Amino acid sequence: MAAVTPLLLLLLLSSAPSFSSGSRNAYNINGRVKIPQGLGLGTKGYALPGRMSNVKVLLNGGQNITFLRPDGYFSFHNIPAGTHLIEVSAIGYFFSPVRVDVSARNPGKVQAALTENRKGLSELVLEPLREEQYYEIREPFSIMSLLKSPMGLMVGFMLAVAFLMPKLVENMDPEEMRRAQEEMRSQGVPSLSSLLPGGARN
Amino acid sequence: MAIRSFFLFILFFSSSLSPVFSLYEDQVGLMDWHQQYIGKVKQAVFSSQRAGRKRVVVSTEENVIASLDLRHGEIFWRHLLGADDVIDGIDIGLGKYVITLSSGGSILRSWNLPDGQMVWESSLQGPKHSKSFLLVPTNLKFDKDNVLVVFSNGRLHAISCIDGEVLWKKDFEAESFEVQQVILPPGSDLIHVVGFAALSQFEMYQINAKNGELLKHESASFSSGFSGQVSLVSTETVVALDSTGSILLTISFQDGKISSQQTPISNLVEDSLGPAVIIPSSVSGIFAIKTDAVPIFIRVIGKGNLEVVEKTTHEIAVSDALSISEDQQAFALIQHASSEIHLTVKLAHDWDGNLLKESVKMDRQRGLVHKVFINNYIRTDRSYGFRVLIVMEDHSLLLLQQGEIVWSREDGLASIIDVTTSELPVERDGVSVAKVEHNLFEWLKGHMLKLKGTLMLASPEDMAAIQSMRLKSSEKSKMTRDHNGFRKLLIVLTRAGKLFALHTGDGRIVWSYLLRSLHKSEACQSPIGLNLYQWQVPHHHAMDENPSVLVVSRCGPSSDTSGVLSFVDTYTGKELSSLSLDHAVVQVIPLPYTDSTEQRLHLLIDADKHAHLYPKTSGALSIFKREFSNIYWYSVEDQNGIIKGHALKCKCTGEVADEFCFDTRDLWSVVFPSESEKTIATVTRKLNEVVHTQAKVVADQDVMYKYISRNLLFVATVAPKGSGEIGSVTPEESWLVAYLIDTVTGLILHRVTHHGSQGPVHAVFSENWVVYHYFNLRAHRYEMSVIEIYDQSRADNKDVWKLVLGKHNLTSPISLFSRPEVITKSQSYFFTHSLKAIAVTSTAKGITSKQLLLGTIGDQVLALDKRFLDPRRTVNPTQLEKEEGIIPLTESLPIIPQSYVTHALRVEGLRGIITVPAKLESTTLVFAHGVDLFFTQLAPSRTYDSLTEDFSYALLLITIVALVAAIFVTWRLSERKELQEKWR
Repeated sequence: MAAVTPLLLLLLLSSAPSFSSGSRNAYNINGRVKIPQGLGLGTKGYALPGRMSNVKVLLNGGQNITFLRPDGYFSFHNIPAGTHLIEVSAIGYFFSPVRVDVSARNPGKVQAALTENRKGLSELVLEPLREEQYYEIREPFSIMSLLKSPMGLMVGFMLAVAFLMPKLVENMDPEEMRRAQEEMRSQGVPSLSSLLPGGARN
Repeated sequence: MAIRSFFLFILFFSSSLSPVFSLYEDQVGLMDWHQQYIGKVKQAVFSSQRAGRKRVVVSTEENVIASLDLRHGEIFWRHLLGADDVIDGIDIGLGKYVITLSSGGSILRSWNLPDGQMVWESSLQGPKHSKSFLLVPTNLKFDKDNVLVVFSNGRLHAISCIDGEVLWKKDFEAESFEVQQVILPPGSDLIHVVGFAALSQFEMYQINAKNGELLKHESASFSSGFSGQVSLVSTETVVALDSTGSILLTISFQDGKISSQQTPISNLVEDSLGPAVIIPSSVSGIFAIKTDAVPIFIRVIGKGNLEVVEKTTHEIAVSDALSISEDQQAFALIQHASSEIHLTVKLAHDWDGNLLKESVKMDRQRGLVHKVFINNYIRTDRSYGFRVLIVMEDHSLLLLQQGEIVWSREDGLASIIDVTTSELPVERDGVSVAKVEHNLFEWLKGHMLKLKGTLMLASPEDMAAIQSMRLKSSEKSKMTRDHNGFRKLLIVLTRAGKLFALHTGDGRIVWSYLLRSLHKSEACQSPIGLNLYQWQVPHHHAMDENPSVLVVSRCGPSSDTSGVLSFVDTYTGKELSSLSLDHAVVQVIPLPYTDSTEQRLHLLIDADKHAHLYPKTSGALSIFKREFSNIYWYSVEDQNGIIKGHALKCKCTGEVADEFCFDTRDLWSVVFPSESEKTIATVTRKLNEVVHTQAKVVADQDVMYKYISRNLLFVATVAPKGSGEIGSVTPEESWLVAYLIDTVTGLILHRVTHHGSQGPVHAVFSENWVVYHYFNLRAHRYEMSVIEIYDQSRADNKDVWKLVLGKHNLTSPISLFSRPEVITKSQSYFFTHSLKAIAVTSTAKGITSKQLLLGTIGDQVLALDKRFLDPRRTVNPTQLEKEEGIIPLTESLPIIPQSYVTHALRVEGLRGIITVPAKLESTTLVFAHGVDLFFTQLAPSRTYDSLTEDFSYALLLITIVALVAAIFVTWRLSERKELQEKWR
């Protein structure tokens, strides 16, 4: 492997749609997929075993499919001249499709641009635009979220009624209070205590 | 569980922009399942590594190469090559590289055996198309490099095993030379290339393996010619058949000299009748021929003397040879008995002695053995043991060892043709309450655990217990119908002609059935399954009947071969009946009528444009007669670019009176100019789709009426030049035209041209809108467009009174000449990915808002809210429009990673997405199939009508308990206070 890498590098760096020795109208497209290390390390939620081996490079919506070598290089063979579209499929990363012009007039000239942001590429080195996080992050438990839930609000309201209402009643004028109580009794409005066991004593 | 009330307003509340489908990582596997398959195995190579886990590397008809665990049949790694990248050969080089030759011998790849990482890739060109061979010699070296020998495209290559570099190549340019075998005699540096030239010439080339130099070229002519393949019986002898298929030619080319001997088959077998074919095998000294479907094994003795060793009437499968020692080769032979298969392993030079003879019980639903691969291992007592990998007729893969099936894989599920669903049986009385009570403690314990989980008090063991408890919930995999309609059976038809019923809860196979009618027979040479239809869906007055499906198949690849119908019970998986039709099946039209036993009426159109009604009962006929004049259908002739509308005319006027056969008439035709337009996609609405509201209230209290018609057809045509791949055409010479056609009148309701665009077009039609995906060549990006169609004739009906009394389109005559007043609105957006499939969610009542399901090129399924494809989107929506939920217009459609319904999984080789409504209005069931299967539940507007899975019942209980306690405490307090008051 080591013997061939420099050779490959030379070939790829010199011309990235490079001219092939095959028939007149067929060209090769060579490029590289680069997934920055730092980007990968940030991913905690899901591990991607054999990350590089599961990356696919697709030409023109799946007309040709190729895979990455261990160093990230890929190539398409026998491609006719024209404007092509390269897509990279990698779980966990978002790659922009790349427009690649393979011209018959000046073979070896690089004409590549990301279609998402129309950025031109001087070399066919494809990098993910962003990482894709497929799962929602669970909010850590907090008292606030518990209090905000319908049940929390219910309990809160109950407590408020149980402890604040007596306070309100205390602040009332005793005369008025008595009058209100008497009124209540005469009307026979069932109070809470009368509903509960023991309330019958009143 | 479900609070069955439609909080419609929640629909409006939920119209926030956040992704509606989103999943926490610990929810994976709760509602979804994912199954990985590889397809029918073509070739298998066993890894001979001593250390490490035992593996077998396989290539399949789905263009998958995979490394499987030989112990359990699990996939270690797997790669799906492109659709045109058909695998020609695989082998293992140096014990650690998997070498694959694909694309008609033009791409050679090497993969790392342990992890499946591609090591190198070489493109092999050649002068002309030819057969391809991949040979991995064990001891051929070239400057310390191990060498691979590849013959492809009329060129012989020697390739370094380490880096894929071509060491030398040699062309075989002779015009008519057809290579038949490439032979590498072990231990020598010679390569023999043998083949035929000019039909009657036998050619032999001897080549130096070190440098590709041609050492010798011999040829001999055989006046009788050749037919079919040749079989290699030794490194220097081949057997061929003459052009009549009745004489065997034994050709040997020892020391570069060709000598031959002719043996008529009639000398060997007395009662041979038809012409023979050679069955390819690689066992030395023995070859097999097949006459009249009877395989005959013939041994070659000495120089061209032939002797029949076995003639068998059973179906038989033979493996390739396996060398077990220096001079011994073994091979496996499998014969069928009624419900068993007999496996024998023999030595190549000793036919009568068996190394091994075993019988294995085999499920009849697996059919015949198609392929056998043999491997040996050394037992503890140092004798040889054999294991064989067999591929069955239903594409399943099994490993046999010591007379037992060690593991099996249902790889037929990798090639699904059609899918339908069936309800499960209703839960009968007899499920005791005691069982529930018994589980009450468990239930409480589970909820306490869950509460601990939410309060972050759980230990890692508790967390694991919670997770496994959630995944194993027995509720979801019960065999009865549930209240919410989540549990169903998915009935799938595979390319092998087998029906499977999968449970939606956990994806397990409930039953499988190899269709007898799809077996090869005299009358039906190469049967293929076409479609599945729901035949009988009992609900009202035929409750006791089991539901059944209709499988439509035909006897050959062309559309004018006769058809076969089979009816299969979906509860038991038994074939109820099958019908061999005397007519072809070009089109199947399920009619919206059912007979008294809930059997759906189907109209089958044959090649002569006669319509045949099924089921053939008088009840069905009387229903059909009543609706005779209301039945219309259309047909698309792709080749001529014609779309035709048809209706029924009268009874068949044929010689045989058949009251279920009807003549048809053409009503209308739309002819696309062949020089400028070529049809590439046609889409209609789903037959069973439910539309809830016909009107749409827009921001300014205005009402728009949807033009809802079951008879709308979306057609996309492209310039003939632009029908190829991307990159083959310039924007100026390519365009795409989209049509909306009424299939009853043939009226073109809408037509729009997208200049500089081309296919492939993926489209989906629902309610009054169609969404389609195509490629924009000018921007060089994919685009998605939406067309919505509204009924303008009812636009004046603004209030309720006018709605009741006003104009509606029911009374207007339907004719080509009365043009319905419709308006269309459309808008286009960029979309990043190529698509493989597109679908739309469907719910029981059609109230829930819709999501588009996009199967992307990366084999993921993305859910995209329909509101992103709303033609009323503007760059700056007004306040009113914002309240209505209109999203500001953006150039491209957003891709939110959390809305991938397949989350971090891939549905490798995605082909189709099917959505089925659950009974619960908010929920839809989604099934995506390709080489893999994926199933999940989706709630496009969240589950507004039921509690979510992570609802904490324990918290609810605790709250109630706390409230009751608070009541008592406050009562006590108040009582005490009252007492104090009284003492005062």
